[in-house]
Amino acid sequence: MTTATYAGTHVILNDEGFFTNPAEWTEAMAPEIARALGISELTDRHWQVIRFMRNEYLTKGTAPSVRALGKTSGVSIKELYQLFPKGPAKTAAMIAGIPKPIGCI
Amino acid sequence: MFMVKRIVILGGGTGGTLVANRLRRSLDRETVEIVVVDQDNSHVYQPGLLFIPFAMTTADAITRPRERQFHPGIRFHRASIERVDVEHDQVILGDGVTLDYDILIVATGAILLPEETEGLAGPVWMDRAFTFYDLEGAVALHQRLESFPGGRLVVNVVDTPIKCPVAPLEFCFLADWYFQQRGIRDKVDLVYVTPLDGAFTKPVASRTLGNLLEQKGIQLVTDYNTATVDGSEGRLISFDDREVSFDLAVMIPAHGGAAYVGASPGLGDALGYIETDKYTLQSKVKDNIFALGDAAGIPASKAGSVPHFEGDVLVTNIMRFLAGQTLDARFDGHTNCFIESGFHKALLIDFNYDTEPLTGHYPTDVGLPLLKESHLNHLGKLMFQTFYWHSLLPGHDVPGVGSAMPLRGKHLEATPH
Repeated sequence: MTTATYAGTHVILNDEGFFTNPAEWTEAMAPEIARALGISELTDRHWQVIRFMRNEYLTKGTAPSVRALGKTSGVSIKELYQLFPKGPAKTAAMIAGIPKPIGCI
Repeated sequence: MFMVKRIVILGGGTGGTLVANRLRRSLDRETVEIVVVDQDNSHVYQPGLLFIPFAMTTADAITRPRERQFHPGIRFHRASIERVDVEHDQVILGDGVTLDYDILIVATGAILLPEETEGLAGPVWMDRAFTFYDLEGAVALHQRLESFPGGRLVVNVVDTPIKCPVAPLEFCFLADWYFQQRGIRDKVDLVYVTPLDGAFTKPVASRTLGNLLEQKGIQLVTDYNTATVDGSEGRLISFDDREVSFDLAVMIPAHGGAAYVGASPGLGDALGYIETDKYTLQSKVKDNIFALGDAAGIPASKAGSVPHFEGDVLVTNIMRFLAGQTLDARFDGHTNCFIESGFHKALLIDFNYDTEPLTGHYPTDVGLPLLKESHLNHLGKLMFQTFYWHSLLPGHDVPGVGSAMPLRGKHLEATPH
């Protein structure tokens, strides 16, 4: 566990940098988290993925894998990697304040 | 006067067969009819596929007729499935038959989708890129391995979830042993390429299995999402433009639910799995639809032990559903896998939704060693095939092996903080 401050608010992160409590997240925090991950500006396309990921997590309890994202988010896998070069599912989950989309064992 | 109810089970594999048999024992034949649908009559013992490439078993030795695995009073209907009409409680079959159902159990597993990876389904398939995840592929790979003179052998998991998530690691361990036996291990580079950030998903097992790869001189490439398989140049290319060259690629293609799921409006999710309550196994599609095994979109492994442990929960809940009662049986995510590591040894892992694979013993302190190589585990894996045909499929309970994961015998302090 570690803490971080985004948009002036303390939040608790796990050792890998994911939110432990997604309810602590606000949209205002996203640009700061993104910058720390090397994404200088969040475009509308970034936001489309971030909001989709968060909504999937909140409604289904798990975030989608990259392949499922490519089929359902309206953004192709190729573009997902252009938007989030270090790994779309993990990076977008971090920015969206939800747990790591580990998939299943 | 009452109507005879009909339960239709789609898929006569591990889950469909054992649930049909358990239900048949529990339900009166005069009041409930059970029909199992499958497109073919060939039941493959899928854990055996791993051994075919290394000539440790044969296709014949792991295949039996599906219809012979059912108790009397179960009707086996051999036909392809066109689609499910969720609204009207009907299954439309490829032979023109429409089956009405009162309860539908989806147990059609997962299929391989090499065509979802650019280049993989092209000329490279079964030429330089093989899979051991189906019978035809495993047999073809065996022939290719026999004549493999040495070079770079790459084992690549394209995406998760996959069936039997430990099988690709087992393949690496057995390949190391196989090439040593052939005396050409020094001429073979073994590389394991995975989309995960380690050898396995969960930390304790990932460490142990990662160490085993290292000890056996198998290179590990992580966080790798395969975009393209370039057969003519012999290389994998990832979405982030990393290249891995190969002389022989052993691919675990992307998986999805059976094709008819996609053709049935409202039945499946984006990947063709059935959205299902992970505890009750009732689908979120409609109250009278249930799913088990690989077909179910629940956060459990796609492994044979899962439908085995799901079996009595599902049967209890279906009995309660028929009686108009609330579904109170809960599946805990229990999974149990032997991991062959070569040289007549194997590891065993045992876990559920809440407890990751840990060290210790199974099912109690005096049982099989967990997360540790042993000859006993290897014997357990070999014996399992007999158990599968004669105990698991017929739906018998095994003394000492319950559906719920035992915490006794596990070293909980091994969990990292």
